[in-house]
Amino acid sequence: MTTTNGTPITAAATAAATAPTGAEVTTGFEMVVGLEVHVQLKTASKAFCGCSTDFGAAPNRNTCPVCLALPGALPVLNGRAVELALRVALGLGCTVNGRSIFARKNYFYPDLPKGYQISQHDEPIAEHGTLDIGLTVDGTARVIGITRAHMEEDAGKSIHDRYEAATAVDLNRSGVPLVEIVSEPDMRSPEEAGAYLRTLKQILLYLDISDCNMEEGSLRVDANVSARPFGEQKLGTKCEVKNMNSFSGVEKALAAEFRRQCGVLRAGGTVQQQTLLWDGHRNEIRPARSKEGSSDYRYFPEPDLPPLVITADEIEHVRASLPELPAARRTRYAAMKLSEYDVQELTADPATGPYFESVLALHGDPKAVANWVNGEVRATLNESGAAWDAVTLAPARLGALLDLVRDGVVSSSAAKKLYAQLLTSPDTARAIAERDGLIQVRDDNALAGWVAEVLADNPAEAARFAAGEKKLTGLLVGLVMKKSQGRADPKLVNQLLASRAAG
Amino acid sequence: MSATMPRAADATAALARAHASADLNAFVTLADTTDVDVAVRTATSGLLQGVPVAVKDNIATSVLSTSCGSRILEGWMSPYEATAVTKLRDAGAVIIGKTNMDEFAMGSSTENSAFGPTLNPLDRTRVPGGSSGGSAAAVAGGICRIAYGSETGGSVRQPAAFCGIVGVKPTYGRVSRFGLVAFASSLDHIGVFGATVDDAAVGLQVIAGHDRQDATSVDLPVDDYRAEAGRPLDGLVVGVPVEYFPTSLDGRIRARCDRAIDMLRQNGAEIRHVSLPHTELAIPVYYILAPAEASSNLARFDGVRYGPRAATDDLRGMYEQTRSQGFGPEVTRRIILGTYVLSQGHYDAYYLKAMRVREKITQDFAAVFASGVHVLFTPTTPTPAFGFGTKSDPLEMYLSDIFTATANLAGVPAMSQPIGLVDGMPVGGQLLAAHFREADMFRAAFALEQALGSEALS
Repeated sequence: MTTTNGTPITAAATAAATAPTGAEVTTGFEMVVGLEVHVQLKTASKAFCGCSTDFGAAPNRNTCPVCLALPGALPVLNGRAVELALRVALGLGCTVNGRSIFARKNYFYPDLPKGYQISQHDEPIAEHGTLDIGLTVDGTARVIGITRAHMEEDAGKSIHDRYEAATAVDLNRSGVPLVEIVSEPDMRSPEEAGAYLRTLKQILLYLDISDCNMEEGSLRVDANVSARPFGEQKLGTKCEVKNMNSFSGVEKALAAEFRRQCGVLRAGGTVQQQTLLWDGHRNEIRPARSKEGSSDYRYFPEPDLPPLVITADEIEHVRASLPELPAARRTRYAAMKLSEYDVQELTADPATGPYFESVLALHGDPKAVANWVNGEVRATLNESGAAWDAVTLAPARLGALLDLVRDGVVSSSAAKKLYAQLLTSPDTARAIAERDGLIQVRDDNALAGWVAEVLADNPAEAARFAAGEKKLTGLLVGLVMKKSQGRADPKLVNQLLASRAAG
Repeated sequence: MSATMPRAADATAALARAHASADLNAFVTLADTTDVDVAVRTATSGLLQGVPVAVKDNIATSVLSTSCGSRILEGWMSPYEATAVTKLRDAGAVIIGKTNMDEFAMGSSTENSAFGPTLNPLDRTRVPGGSSGGSAAAVAGGICRIAYGSETGGSVRQPAAFCGIVGVKPTYGRVSRFGLVAFASSLDHIGVFGATVDDAAVGLQVIAGHDRQDATSVDLPVDDYRAEAGRPLDGLVVGVPVEYFPTSLDGRIRARCDRAIDMLRQNGAEIRHVSLPHTELAIPVYYILAPAEASSNLARFDGVRYGPRAATDDLRGMYEQTRSQGFGPEVTRRIILGTYVLSQGHYDAYYLKAMRVREKITQDFAAVFASGVHVLFTPTTPTPAFGFGTKSDPLEMYLSDIFTATANLAGVPAMSQPIGLVDGMPVGGQLLAAHFREADMFRAAFALEQALGSEALS
C-alpha cells in the first residue's frame, strides 16, 4: 500500500508565485469558515455491536464479527449512543427529528472494514442549532448556526509509519459511536473558529457525552475555509483542512490556508476544491492523499437498520436529565456578585462549579470561596495534574477553614499554612491551628501588652504617633505582629492603636 | 421421491446418500462422518432431533466452511454461526453439509457457482434452479428431507418448483438474517425446502422468531404452522391475480394452475380474481435495488481481512486484482450495475424511483389482503426447469424470477409446491399471504397437497 502525500504547500510555494507574501496578501479578503466536529460518544460499547470502546487496548483486540465486517454480520444500534446524541442535540438547541435515517457512505479503504460507513445523510437526528461563542462584533453577540448533528460510526486506524512498505490496520476504533456537529459557514476569523471550538467543547464536557480529547482523537475537527473579497455575498470555493490536533492548530491552519487562497486569488487564479492536511510540526498544509471515489460516496439508506424513531416523550426525558450548561451557570454565578474572572474560572470546566457550591453551601461567602477555589485549590490541582472530581480536600474541611478566617480565629496567612496541612493531615483546621499556635490572639490584655511594649521599644515613633502622625499605624501594627510572632489579630491591634491615638 | 423416507434418525445414512450422489454436485462441503455421528448421538431433543438437514453455503456455520459459491470466500471458516444455525442445533438438527449455490446467490440456475453447476436430480441435463439449487437438489435427490436456502428474488421458490419440492420464503423479519451473507439486505431472507409441506412447516418453525442481533427481525409470536394441516378451507379467500397469468403464459402451466385452483375451491376456499397492477415493474425494480445493495454489501470482500489477496504493491491494484480474480462475471456485472445506479446523477432516476415503485408493489399486496383475500395463488415460474447453458443472455435469465421477485420486494411470505408435470418436469404453484400470515399460506398448502396427492407429480 502506498501513501501518496503530495509536496507541501506554503504560501510562498503556491502556483501564484508572483503573489505577495506575508500578512498583506490577505488584505481585502474575508475568511469564511465552517467547522465539522466529530465527537466520540462516551459509551461503554460500540455503536452497532457489544465491543468495548476502551482507548489503548492492544490492536484489534476490541473487535467482533460485526465491527470486523465478517460476512453475514449485522449492526444493531446502541441505545445509549442515541441517548448521548440526543443530549448533544438538545444541548446545542437543535430540533430533534422524530424519524431519522441511517445511510451507507460507500468508499474503499483498509480501515473501513465494511467498505461503507454507517452514517446519517439527508435525514439526520438533529438540525438547526445555535452556539453563542462569547464574542461580540460591533456590540452584537456572535451566534454561530449549527446546521446539523448526526450519528455515525468511526472507522479503524491506518498506521502508515509502523512497517516499511506496509500499512497496519487497527480496528479497535471501528464502530465507535460518533456525533458529527456541522456548523454553518458563519465564522469569519481563526479567532472565531477557536472560540466556537472552545465553547462547543465546554458544552460537550458539561453534557458529559465525550472526553473531547483531541490528542486521543475523541474530538476531531475538519475545517472548511474559503476566501472572498470583502462585500462579496457569494461564497468562494472552499477547501477542507484536516489533521489538526489542537484548537490552536486549527487557528493556525485556517490562517495558513486562508493566506494560500488569498495568494491564489490575488494572482488571478482560482481556488481548486481539495482536501488538505495540516502538519502541526512544520506549521504547513499539504494536499491529502486521495481516497478512492472520495467525490461520490453513493449514499443510500442502510437497509440493515430501520428508521430511528424518537418519541416526544423520549426527547423530554433526555431534556429533563440535561445538566446545567455553562451559560446558565455563568448567569447564576454572576448574580452572586462574583467578578467576571471568578465566573469564568469557576465555570471553565463542569466539575469546578459543584465543588465551589459545596463549599459555598457550608461557608456562605461567595467571594471568599471563589478566591480559595480559584486560588489555592486550583493551584494544588495544577501541581498534581489531577482533575476537579479528584479534589482530595473535602468541601466541609475547606469550609471550616474559611469559617476560621471569617471569624478572625486565624489570619489569612495562617490559613494558607493550614490549607497545606489539611491536604495531608486528617485533623481539622482548628485542631491544627491550635496545635501549631496559629490561633490569633484576640485577648485585649495580651494585645495591649504587646502594643505597650512596642511603643516603649520605639519611643521616637511612639511620640510622633501620639502627635497624630497616623501613617505610622502600619509600621506599629507590623511591629506588634512581629513581637507576637504573627499571632496577634491585626484588626484588633489596629483598633487598639486607633483608640490610643484618639485618646 | 422421498415422501416415505423417515425424517429422523438417519443423518448418517443421509450423509452416505450425499456421498453416493456426489455427481449432483449439490454440496460444496460435506460434514465429517465422525462429526455427524457425534452430532446424532448428542442432538438436543427438539422438533428436529437427529434430523439431517443441508444448509446453503451462504449461511454461516462455525464447523463447515462458508464460501457463498465464490472463489473470494473459498474455504472461509466463520468464527461465528448464523442465528438460524444455532436454532437448528437447538432443535436437534444435524447439518450434513453446505450446499452449492450461484455465487453470492446471484443467479437462477446454480450455473454461476465457482464450484461447478448442480444437476437437477429429476433430469440431469437440466438446471435445478437457483440460486439455492444445491439445497433443492439435496431434497429432490432424496438425500435429506429438509434443507435451508436463501431468497433475494425467488431463490428458494424457483428451485423448489424446478425440482418438484416445497420451498418457503417467510415474511421479511420472521427469520433472523444474522449470519446470512448479505446479497441485498432489504430483500434477503432465509428460506426452507421440504420434501413435503409438513417438512417445510417444521423446517420453518424451528428457525422462525425474533433475534436481537438482526435489527430488521420482528418481535411477533410465531404461529404453529403444522396446526394448519388437515383444516378445511371454508372461509379462506384465495385471490388469483390476473397479472400472474399473462396471455403469454405456457398453456400447460396455466392448466396445472387451474387444476390446483379448482381443488382449492373444492376444499372450501372462495376463489376471487384480483389485480396487483404494478407486478410487471417488479423485475426492473428488483434489478436496480438488488444490485445497488449488493454493490455495497460486497465491498467488504476486499482482500484486507479474509479471503485471498492479490499480490500487488499498491492499494488500488490490490483491490482491483483481488476483486477481479475473486468474483465471477455475474457478480461483477451486478456490482457494476449497482454502483452505477447509486452514483451521483443517477441515484434519483434509478434507485429513488425504484424505491417508490417498490412501495407501490407493496401497496398492491396490502390492498388485496385488506380486501379480505387471505392468500394468493399464482404459478411459481413461467417455465419448468431449463437445460444447462440455454439462458446465456442475463436478461432472459432474470425473467425466470418474474413471478417470485414481487414477494421479496413486498416482504410478504410466499411458497411454492409441486402442482403437476409439464414435459415430465415439475411445475410449481405459488401461495402468498399477508405479512406474518404464514399460517394462512400453510393452511392452503396442506389442503392443496392432500387434494393433489400423487397428481402433484403428474
